[in-house]
Amino acid sequence: MKTRVKIRVKVNGETTEARIESRLLLVDYLREELGLTGTHVGCDTSNCGACTVIMDGRAVKSCTVLAVQADRREITTIEGLARRDELHVLQKAFWEHQGLQCGFCTPGMIMAAVDLLGKNGMPTDSDVRSAIAGNLCRCTGYNTIVESVLAAAVAMREGGRTVK
Amino acid sequence: MYPAKFEYVRAKSVAEAAHLLEEHGDEALVLAGGQSLIPLMKFRLSTPKYVIDISRLSELSHLQITERGLLVGALTRHAQLAESAAVAEHYPIMRDAAADIGDVQVRNLGTIVGDLAQADPAGDWGPVILVLNAEINCVGTRQKRTIKAEEFFVDSYTTALEPGELITELLIPSAGVNSGGAYVKLGRRSGDFAVASVALQLELTGDVVRSCSIALGGVAPTPVRAVQAERMIVGHVVSEERMKEVAEMVHDAAAPISDARGSADYKQAMLKPLVRKALAIALKRAKREA
Repeated sequence: MKTRVKIRVKVNGETTEARIESRLLLVDYLREELGLTGTHVGCDTSNCGACTVIMDGRAVKSCTVLAVQADRREITTIEGLARRDELHVLQKAFWEHQGLQCGFCTPGMIMAAVDLLGKNGMPTDSDVRSAIAGNLCRCTGYNTIVESVLAAAVAMREGGRTVK
Repeated sequence: MYPAKFEYVRAKSVAEAAHLLEEHGDEALVLAGGQSLIPLMKFRLSTPKYVIDISRLSELSHLQITERGLLVGALTRHAQLAESAAVAEHYPIMRDAAADIGDVQVRNLGTIVGDLAQADPAGDWGPVILVLNAEINCVGTRQKRTIKAEEFFVDSYTTALEPGELITELLIPSAGVNSGGAYVKLGRRSGDFAVASVALQLELTGDVVRSCSIALGGVAPTPVRAVQAERMIVGHVVSEERMKEVAEMVHDAAAPISDARGSADYKQAMLKPLVRKALAIALKRAKREA
């Protein structure tokens, strides 16, 4: 049985190549092979959303995606959002509005919000809650998370920026 | 958690995928979005020796309205159906289901056809395709065939697909101008499978119901039609009183079991408000009031 495959994945703008076991999960490719530990493993069962990354413009749960499914696709992780010393508008908003307590769920929350703001620049409170329905915060700080995302949407509009 | 070791094969055509499925029989499983398959493999409930990846096949990626109805390619994601203006306009019942499956991340990868092939008794698409009289087009190495939705679900997690057969697309027949439908679901929490669900599609002539299909999810080994309840509606104007009677009548079609999602009695009890709600929404949509 041939159990190894070659993949080429663009991660945060850089092309990566590896020979991996076909059963390797995308989250482990990111964390273990590339050292991008900003993407967290919470439940490992597709419930908590801590492992959310963007694949070809869409949020996915990287614990439930095989690395080989990302072959020849583009991945953005939390590490790919900031530009040099400037935080991404969502990162700034989470900081300013206390959108985190322990911070474990934060990368996943922000990546889910990237998906939302890419589709909808004027989300309502309820749009935000639907968008993060697949992301659990065990500090249960949901209100400040929702406020942070709404504030980021406002900042984006005022700054004439898009989410990317 | 890791899946057991397997050999990954990326199919280059539908014909090759069908060939590989026939060659490897029970040892092969199909990967489209992976949102059912990968969790099963991580829990080692599925340990295929071969995973046949069809996700790159552009011939399965279509979603288009034709004269015969809506053609839904096997790679159509829940999110595409939830966001499609054409689906929202012509098949609002499909939008209801698509927008409420799993969460955003799951909907971005998971496919309607994968959900159907999985045949989870509490899956969302089963009841919907039953009331829409969908046709399921499949290919094998020797022949193509079409399976009617009502013949597709054999038992829990078991479909009429033969070994070596691959679903290529669904045909959802055109709905009439005065028709409307709705899918309503009770879940324990956001993103969960249904405790119980109801799909309902009807067509009106004036205020009289000309045809009506009702299907129930989560309350039997497969999605089931509530035929007696349908008969109580067809040929009638649906009054408040009749709505109540219809909701009572679905009881006999359901055979729920008690499990982690609720007791059998609870599921039976919840079907009634779900049917009433689905009927009310479907009527409004058929009259273009919503």
